[in-house]
Amino acid sequence: MEAKKLNLKLKIWRQKNSNSVGSFVDYDVQVSPDASFLEMLDELNNRLEANNEEPIVFESDCREGICGTCGLVINGHPHGPLPKIATCQLHMRNFKDGETIWVEPFRAKAFPVIKDLMVDRSGFDKILQAGGYISVNTGGAPDANSIPVPKDAASEAFDAAACIGCGACVAACKNASAMLFVSAKISHLGLLPQGQPERYIRVQRMIKVMDELGFGSCTNTYACEAECPKGISVTNIARMNRDYVRAKFTSKIAEV
Amino acid sequence: MTKLESKVPAGHISEKWTNHKFNMKLVNPSNKRKYTIIVVGTGLAGASAAASFGELGYNVLAFTFHDSARRAHSIAAQGGINASKNYQNDGDSTFRLFYDTAKGGDFRAREANVYRLAEVSGNIIDQCVAQGVPFAREYGGLLDNRSFGGAQVSRTFYARGQTGQQLLLGAVSALNRQIDKGTVKLFTRREMLDVVIVDGQAKGIIVRNLVTGEIEKYAAHAVVLATGGYSNVFFLSTNAMNCNATAIWRAHKKGAFFGNPCFTQIHPTCLPLHGESQSKLTLMSESLRNDGRVWVSKKKNDMRHPNDIPEEERDYYLERKYPSYGNLAPRDISSRAAKEVCDEGRGVNGGDAVYLDFSDAIKRLGKKVIEERYGNLFEIYETITGENPYEVPMKIYPAPHYTMGGLWVDYNLMSTVPGLFVIGEANFSDHGANRLGASALMQGLADGYFVIPYTMGDYLATYKPAAVKTDHPEFEKAAKEVKDLTNKLLSIKGKRTVDDLHKQLGRIMWNKVGMARSEQGLKEAIQEIRQLREEFWKNVNIPGSGEDVNQTLERAGRLADYFELGELMAIDALHRNESCGGHFRVEYQYEDGEAKRDDENFSYVAAWEFKDVGNWELHKEQLVFEYVKPSVRSYK
Repeated sequence: MEAKKLNLKLKIWRQKNSNSVGSFVDYDVQVSPDASFLEMLDELNNRLEANNEEPIVFESDCREGICGTCGLVINGHPHGPLPKIATCQLHMRNFKDGETIWVEPFRAKAFPVIKDLMVDRSGFDKILQAGGYISVNTGGAPDANSIPVPKDAASEAFDAAACIGCGACVAACKNASAMLFVSAKISHLGLLPQGQPERYIRVQRMIKVMDELGFGSCTNTYACEAECPKGISVTNIARMNRDYVRAKFTSKIAEV
Repeated sequence: MTKLESKVPAGHISEKWTNHKFNMKLVNPSNKRKYTIIVVGTGLAGASAAASFGELGYNVLAFTFHDSARRAHSIAAQGGINASKNYQNDGDSTFRLFYDTAKGGDFRAREANVYRLAEVSGNIIDQCVAQGVPFAREYGGLLDNRSFGGAQVSRTFYARGQTGQQLLLGAVSALNRQIDKGTVKLFTRREMLDVVIVDGQAKGIIVRNLVTGEIEKYAAHAVVLATGGYSNVFFLSTNAMNCNATAIWRAHKKGAFFGNPCFTQIHPTCLPLHGESQSKLTLMSESLRNDGRVWVSKKKNDMRHPNDIPEEERDYYLERKYPSYGNLAPRDISSRAAKEVCDEGRGVNGGDAVYLDFSDAIKRLGKKVIEERYGNLFEIYETITGENPYEVPMKIYPAPHYTMGGLWVDYNLMSTVPGLFVIGEANFSDHGANRLGASALMQGLADGYFVIPYTMGDYLATYKPAAVKTDHPEFEKAAKEVKDLTNKLLSIKGKRTVDDLHKQLGRIMWNKVGMARSEQGLKEAIQEIRQLREEFWKNVNIPGSGEDVNQTLERAGRLADYFELGELMAIDALHRNESCGGHFRVEYQYEDGEAKRDDENFSYVAAWEFKDVGNWELHKEQLVFEYVKPSVRSYK
């Protein structure tokens, strides 16, 4: 009892490697409206493989919107036209029969294309490795209930911690800024009592690496929040900026 | 012949781990930096182990096939993590968690390992909170708990429906801290394709660089595999697309025994299949069963809308059959019960699905409370199915989810190959024939944070493994074998795609090595798998080359291993003439359909030694139960 299939025209970005020039290639597909967007690409790839053509390289893993691996720009929107979902959660019932769909990789200077729709987002990890943690060794942690955390603070920290590190915020931003991503981690840790001791050194170190990697500045267009699959709020950016200013003017830690 | 020694320490079960920690040898702090340890996989087990090794001062080389450590599939765990903190004052204790887990595993796990798991469970929560994991809290600021299947106490800690994500981000932050300090070097986009054994000890690995295609060699004093489970042998499962068995399978072929391969878990609450193009099955957290009621129509082929089926015509079959646990009956039992009612033709519209209904809970608690507890899960459901679960009951059906089986390890988590350790889902050790909900996260972190940092030190101090370099002939040999295999796969140039063949294998596995197994079905499965394996090696087609990104080649290599593993799963299921946990043999059941275990003949771990493709030798580790008495596992 499968629903009637949709006929679609896809224009997909193909690029051999980071040094070559890419271009859009046309593909016609027929797909069930119940299929997900990535299942449509699976089917297309299966067809290409059967014809001994190289399939389209794209990344995905959990297909439940939590691992952050997938990320395509669909009709100009990172993760497609619907709000608050990752590419893997987009289903074909949201498209119309006969529609043309443009599919591109996330584009940013700091996210070079590796092949077709696959990009290098390792910059994100480099930022997190510069202090995006609480320094606690395995072992000596006190009893979990020895530090009460107000429910509101825990909840607000969670909202920031929900970031899946997909990079849609960077792809959405005209400056390719990573401020939403970085501020989400700063907020997650900075809102909790456990994160206080390193709060001001953390913000300085992470921002320094972020700048070095070639991510752009924030000019408050809020495109990042609009495209974020987890709805991470731009208030985190304001919070990070406050911490940064406070760190620069009042912190005793001059060297970062 | 390798003899199976469990190396369980002597003494009372509550003192074994404490005594063992004292008796184990130590590596002095200044010597630790002379040792290099390889950790493959960066999920909960791998990331926590690598970080903890780094903190201790070892040199760590960590590997993941993802672009980032944070993508490991632990991230997708939804519901929670068990710990016997007894914060709820409801009678929990280390012994009760141990008892529940051993019973939940249908008495097919090693007692001492399970006890240790329960013993360190509280430390895990402390550790995670200190790292900034935002667990759910009460208004007083203390931690909240919920219940999970197979337990009558509330001991599950959770972080909305994203517990795995938050725990993994915690473990990865600890890993990132060590990378920052230079004790851990992380290699991303590398897939392990072989383990290198020198003079009988694991001394390194061979990986393929998934971007350049290069075959790379890495040497160390010991190797830890934390590469997860093998549910993707079924093609459709709740596992992520890239989860695979290749690392453990290649290690198995190099001498590591495989324990209880047929113990696979079919999770009861997943979204039903929508069509042929489906790439995976989506899990709906078991925590939903805290407030959702499972039912089907009493009539066959009932085509009515669920809201039009009156109360008296509904069969709340879990509550009816298992009144004391009700909708929280363990996973194996709930899955089988769902299959039973669907086989009777009473599934949703006569098909393969049952209802999970929240209308009573919404009436009782209000929509707001339900939204707070499960909001994001309801959103996921609506995104995928287009239906609103606040108004229409969810439709669910069982799907392959977790593999209790895995590489055999002793009490120290070392495989039958000295220096090769296996942790997390990749080993067989703690869950017996069935895993309870919220215990996978517990085991992954227990192994990584609190067990292997100790047992690794003992290995290094006892064996004093010599350093080898990657120009050693064994490394050259292993690298050549990997290159030859790659070239062989690329040169077949047949007619069938990797996914077609994998789907066909998946159907054999699901129909004959899935939720209900029979002697005849298993024998057929073995023949069919062998035939399909031959077809694969003659007729698969992999476009492109091995010299850059080639995702088809990656999938083909994994599928080649599934063909061998799938056969072993069927062989293991065929030899185990009993029903226990996730392994249900239709010949062995009581009149009411409950599983009939055979403790007299099968109270052992089946550890399979690889001889050749299609040829294994069975070794048995007898299970001794001194502290829990194996009984008929009743949840009635």
